[in-house]
Amino acid sequence: MNRYMERIYNGVIKENPTIILMLGMCPTLAVTTSAINGLGMGLSTLAVLIFSNMIISMMRNIIPDQVRLPAYIVIVASLVTVVDLIMQAYVPGLYSSLGIYIPLIVVNCIILGRAEAYANKVSPDLAIMDGIGMGLGFTISLTVIGLVREFLGSATLFGKALPELCKPIAIFVKAPGAFLVMAVLVAVLNAAHIKTAANKKVEGCDGCCASCSKMCNSDAKEETKA
Amino acid sequence: MNTSLIMIIITTALVNNVVLSQFLGICSFLGVSKQIKTSASLGGAVIFVMAISSAVANLLYTYLLAPLHLEYLNTIVFILVIATLVQMVEMFLKKTSPAIYQALGIYLPLITTNCAVLGVAITNVQDGYNFIQSVTAGVGTAIGYTIAIILLAGIRERIDESNIPAPFRGAPVVLLSAALMAIAFMGFGNLAL
Repeated sequence: MNRYMERIYNGVIKENPTIILMLGMCPTLAVTTSAINGLGMGLSTLAVLIFSNMIISMMRNIIPDQVRLPAYIVIVASLVTVVDLIMQAYVPGLYSSLGIYIPLIVVNCIILGRAEAYANKVSPDLAIMDGIGMGLGFTISLTVIGLVREFLGSATLFGKALPELCKPIAIFVKAPGAFLVMAVLVAVLNAAHIKTAANKKVEGCDGCCASCSKMCNSDAKEETKA
Repeated sequence: MNTSLIMIIITTALVNNVVLSQFLGICSFLGVSKQIKTSASLGGAVIFVMAISSAVANLLYTYLLAPLHLEYLNTIVFILVIATLVQMVEMFLKKTSPAIYQALGIYLPLITTNCAVLGVAITNVQDGYNFIQSVTAGVGTAIGYTIAIILLAGIRERIDESNIPAPFRGAPVVLLSAALMAIAFMGFGNLAL
């Protein structure tokens, strides 16, 4: 396996951002009410991630270390604005169903996380492949979670009605369904002894952006004191 | 006018609860809800930051972006303003009131990346709220966040002592508790407002 394919494998399977690293929980829970929404959100994030990784990697020797986070935020926010405008123009239906979660790609931990952990250390070609891998991993997870919720909650797949087997369980496409599906998913991963961010001591905010780490550390310190 | 402000508070805090029905700020909701005390401090910090950031975002939008027809730049402007603002609030509190800083300080950097803060600023613009309505919505949302995280912390303190099947220990049981809370909060959706 060459190093480009290794990046894709890493993003989709080994360090899948949603299932293994547990990053970007907000969009994962919020937009997976249908497979189409999950796919749309995943692809928009994929687009932002590829370009943000590329630009940050190309500028890694120009951006001074002290102001790197604000610089990354500006780059990511500009890209998100571009994606926002393109989606508004060409896919208005999807745009309105994803709503506020499109501008909120800016604060998606995956993007700043990859910039900080990988893209600012390597050459642009590897950074782009990493963006594709991580973005695909995110897209696939969101689409699959969306499929499950859509199937259980409205008995359709990608918007196509299925022959009526039983009554749809509407709660799965409402807010509680998102938490339920995630809970069962993580429990299954735990039962299969797959190492995820969830079975480590600091769950939830592990690796989530630069500023979270400070919080996690102080939390850990408090625990050792008590 | 007064009734509509009360309605904004009820809607943002209970009906459209920011965590349990909008899924914003999940990261800190799951990560920092181990103890009621820390959750309450985080909630306090969120209320503080959201009130200020909604106010500033509204002023910027009304007096800078709208007159220059730069509305499409709101994402960039808001995230930068919020990040800077949180830094400044942190420095200001450190200088002026060390007691509050002791209680809220460590949570402030965490809030910068809390998508709920940016979410509220953008929602306010989309809903066309004026200055007072924006601040009210910011405070209401933050109160909703505080209620949710304190309730979850309460549940988690109890869960700690019970015997849970091994695969469900840790994150899954927390997510399940959140699911049950979300079901309870769905009841507010039927309020006739």
